Amino acid sequence: MSQVLNDLKYADSHEWVRIEEDNIATVGITDHAQELLGDLVYVELPVKGMRVSQGAEAGVVESVKAASDIYAPVSGKIIAVNQDLTDSPELVNSDPYGDGWLYRIALDDESELDDMMDAEAYLSCIEEE
Amino acid sequence: MPFIPHSQEDIASMLEVINLNNLEELFDEIPKNLRAEDFKNIPEGLTEQEISRLMLERAAQDGMDLNFIGAGAYQHHIPWAVWDIVSRGEIMTSYTPYQAEASQGNLQLIYEYQSMMASLMGLDCSNASLYDGASALAEAVLMAVRCDKNKSLENNLNGHVLVLGDLSPRYKEVLETLVTHQKIKISYLSSEQVQNLNNLKIWESLNINAVIIPQPSFLGDIQAVDDLVDWAHQENSNKKKSLVIGLVNPIAMSLLKPPGEWGNNKNLELNGVDIACGEGQSLGVPLSLGGPYFGFMCCKKNWVRQMPGRIVGRTVDLDGKEGFCLTLQAREQHIRRAKATSNICTNQGLLVAAGTIYMALMGFNGLKQVAMQCHLNALSLKNKLENLDQIKIISQGLFFHEFVIELPDFISASRVIEKMAEQNIQAGFNLGANQLLICSTEVHTPADHDRYVSALSYILQELQVERVLSQESVLC
Amino acid sequence: MLSNLIFYKSRKNFLNNNLAPNLNLNLDKNKNSNIPEEYLRKSIACLPNLSELEVVRHYTQLSQKNFSIDTHVYPLGSCTMKYNPRAAHRLASQLGFLNKHPLAHPRSCQGFLACLYELQEILMDLTGMTGVSLSPMAGAQGELAGVLMIKAYHQARGDLARTEFLIPDAAHGTNPATAAMAGFSVKEIPTNSDGDVDLEILKQSVGPKTAGIMLTNPSTLGLFERNIGKIAEIIHEAGGLLYYDGANLNAIMGKSRPGDMGFDVMHMNLHKTFATPHGGGGPGAGPVLVNDKLKPYLPIPVVDKDAHGKYFFKNKELVPGSIGKLSAFHGNAGILLRAYIYARLLGREGLKRASEIAVLNANYLMVKLEQAGYTLGFSNRRGTHEFILTIQKEHKEFNISALDIAKRLLDYGFHAPTMYFPLLIPECLLVEPTETESRRELDKFVEVMGLILKEAQEKPEFLKGAPYSLSVKRLDDVKAAKDLDIAWVDR
Repeated sequence: MSQVLNDLKYADSHEWVRIEEDNIATVGITDHAQELLGDLVYVELPVKGMRVSQGAEAGVVESVKAASDIYAPVSGKIIAVNQDLTDSPELVNSDPYGDGWLYRIALDDESELDDMMDAEAYLSCIEEE
Repeated sequence: MPFIPHSQEDIASMLEVINLNNLEELFDEIPKNLRAEDFKNIPEGLTEQEISRLMLERAAQDGMDLNFIGAGAYQHHIPWAVWDIVSRGEIMTSYTPYQAEASQGNLQLIYEYQSMMASLMGLDCSNASLYDGASALAEAVLMAVRCDKNKSLENNLNGHVLVLGDLSPRYKEVLETLVTHQKIKISYLSSEQVQNLNNLKIWESLNINAVIIPQPSFLGDIQAVDDLVDWAHQENSNKKKSLVIGLVNPIAMSLLKPPGEWGNNKNLELNGVDIACGEGQSLGVPLSLGGPYFGFMCCKKNWVRQMPGRIVGRTVDLDGKEGFCLTLQAREQHIRRAKATSNICTNQGLLVAAGTIYMALMGFNGLKQVAMQCHLNALSLKNKLENLDQIKIISQGLFFHEFVIELPDFISASRVIEKMAEQNIQAGFNLGANQLLICSTEVHTPADHDRYVSALSYILQELQVERVLSQESVLC
Repeated sequence: MLSNLIFYKSRKNFLNNNLAPNLNLNLDKNKNSNIPEEYLRKSIACLPNLSELEVVRHYTQLSQKNFSIDTHVYPLGSCTMKYNPRAAHRLASQLGFLNKHPLAHPRSCQGFLACLYELQEILMDLTGMTGVSLSPMAGAQGELAGVLMIKAYHQARGDLARTEFLIPDAAHGTNPATAAMAGFSVKEIPTNSDGDVDLEILKQSVGPKTAGIMLTNPSTLGLFERNIGKIAEIIHEAGGLLYYDGANLNAIMGKSRPGDMGFDVMHMNLHKTFATPHGGGGPGAGPVLVNDKLKPYLPIPVVDKDAHGKYFFKNKELVPGSIGKLSAFHGNAGILLRAYIYARLLGREGLKRASEIAVLNANYLMVKLEQAGYTLGFSNRRGTHEFILTIQKEHKEFNISALDIAKRLLDYGFHAPTMYFPLLIPECLLVEPTETESRRELDKFVEVMGLILKEAQEKPEFLKGAPYSLSVKRLDDVKAAKDLDIAWVDR
């Protein structure tokens, strides 16, 4: 059973968002997503400083069987990316909600988080799949 | 029925197992109005003897030529061992190595090919080949535009690529067919134009994503590639850095500086092209009326994830033993679909096998001897042709194994080619404007050259007499 | 780690094995090379230095590690691994053909060109089309040509809003990749549970943006698209065109024609249907065929015959609307020769028979494998030349996957069927025996599959470690992608 954390928001493209302070959010992919992908071999992170709008492509995660786009669940500016993933993409598999974080974004519009699912809604979404 | 092993009994009992009465019932899901009966243009089957007779006659009809055409396909001696091994059923009738454990032979061969090709080009990586040189060039252009984060500044364009040197008109046609649909513009400069670097200035402000540098050029010229790479790499307030694609003849790269080393920078790591590509046919693949050939593509290691086509990687099995498998497949069409780096499904496995075995048999020094002999032969033929009064040698600079001559203007080049072909000599490629592109490789002897020169000389005289006679008849 | 790479068998010094020209003999005494130093290569490339026997032995030994049609049954769905006739290879390899330069004068190529022209005629008749170009070098190129021709057709009519291609979700990955390469966007059409394209959704999805639809028939699910007539109507009414992916033509040769089904353009895979050698991944040949609507746009060159019966290549001047050239010369001419020889050997009746027996073999296996305990993907439909097994039940019960079954088959001397394609059916195997496999081989395959099912039930862990009897065990493909080692370097 995939892990779903209660304090996070979820997109139906399987990204999670954790709101930090000061309008900053951390983004990653869920346990369910990493399970589907299998062992990651490469992560292409978005460029620090670039602006993204909600739903835009922001990077790629690549396993042996699939290369999946990562989307920006909210609009904003990328202020940090997880450099550890260059040498250790498997962190996304082993700790998708912690050390496997992908990037941090400064939010343009906090209300966009209301469009996202909470833990319960996401859980039922993946159970249907 | 040829190749069908079933007897009537087999068919009958198999139908019974399936619970059908006859073979026609197998097709009962096809609507009646779509069932086809009549095939007037497909002849009845032949016995193996009958088809052999037909094909032997047709091959004899075409005969053996003394060939002096290059223009992108080159005749070289292919050691007999190459196709003897490649024709083995285990290689010829094997499939794409998707089940790696059952294809270690092919996979290791391709890995060795990748190693040799990358090294020959002076670069880090190679893919497992593409269809041919022209489509490899098209893929290189698409790849370079993908790699360059600074997109074109021009309206409505996804990319702009500049060709620095004479390019095969056929390659140009293929580029236009394959690349322009993705809104990439290609501009062309001739080898003569790029000899003067001042001619490049007007391109500096246009945000050119990549330049293509042929070596040798389509007309055989050896270009000053170091200077051209330096220009491409220049970065200042007016000009941004362009990626470099080297389009090269692989045999020539054993003799000339390879694309991974082009450039005058003292810091050697900053030299070299980003992508090298070209036609692999000259490595052990016969001319065969234009195909099948194979295209090669190599690149610097930072671009490897953008390289299209299959790639074989070395790894280990469960026991820690060396093994090989396809890798980086997630970029390919069967997984990525609409977002794939390309729609390519095949590589030219059989031809790559020939190329690899050819390179292994010849070794680096052997390849270099072939290259040198080609060059000397072309020089020798050019010198002999220079002695013919009516012939003007257009190629005055350095050339590898091809050069351009001009025929007198009262003569049609196509008539000369036709008359030479009547004597089983393929005289060269018609460039238009009465010019021929002539190639001589290591397969020619001095006697072959003499035969060419005397045949040409005779034909020129014949056509001259014809002309004089026809003028006289006009006057009468 | 011990390595078998050829580079470790190489010697340090160069070896003269008489395969390269002897420079001293042919040197023109008066003029030496005039290439200045700065243009010359100083470095050495890592090509090995071995004797001829050492090279021959190395690559012969490597070849013996391969599975191939000549040595193993290869029931790879969607690949049509039928016997590659020796006659085709040998007759196409005569020196008169092999040494022919692509730009040689046409008078020197009449024999070769006659074969290509006659192949064109045969393919058009087989498929119900009126135009053909043999030049695409593989199926994917044929597809690109087809899509580009559809684009050219709409553009010529000023119909510039047609920017979307409809593609079933069951389609092969090349289809959407090709549409994207040609500059189109892709809309997926779902397949219903009976295996047919969903007609209702199709009706809703067509409109003024529809350039066309890309279909395979039989589909990638191994099922005949029964509503093809209706689909053609819907697409044509909306102003779009139909593209046929010919990968599965082996199911209907001599029985039904794509042209009659309503397709406007199609490609063929000669390396599948016409038995040209797969060669470890290529070369292929993907001729593209059209009806009258699209003839003006065919890729060049096309072989034609003049009033005197002389063959020649038609180029841009004679096909001014052509989408252009896909290859530098004329496509994979040597492969086309082999396909021609195959077509002449089989003839009209032989081609028909090939499809009949291909479909018989597949349906026979379907019944026998179901009896052996396997689950068919679509048990209520007539099988075509290939069919789907799904391992979903065994996956849930014993935790073994389609991959495990495939790997274990290798131990028993059978190449695995296609795995995980089409993507729609979870844990699937796509099985295509082809017509050149005998009943004896098919029965052996069923027996082995039965044994493997038993192993799955009794010792699933054992299956997960397969294969055991090949030159390597299961390979670490994660390591291959992470620690990328794709070229040997001399350290």
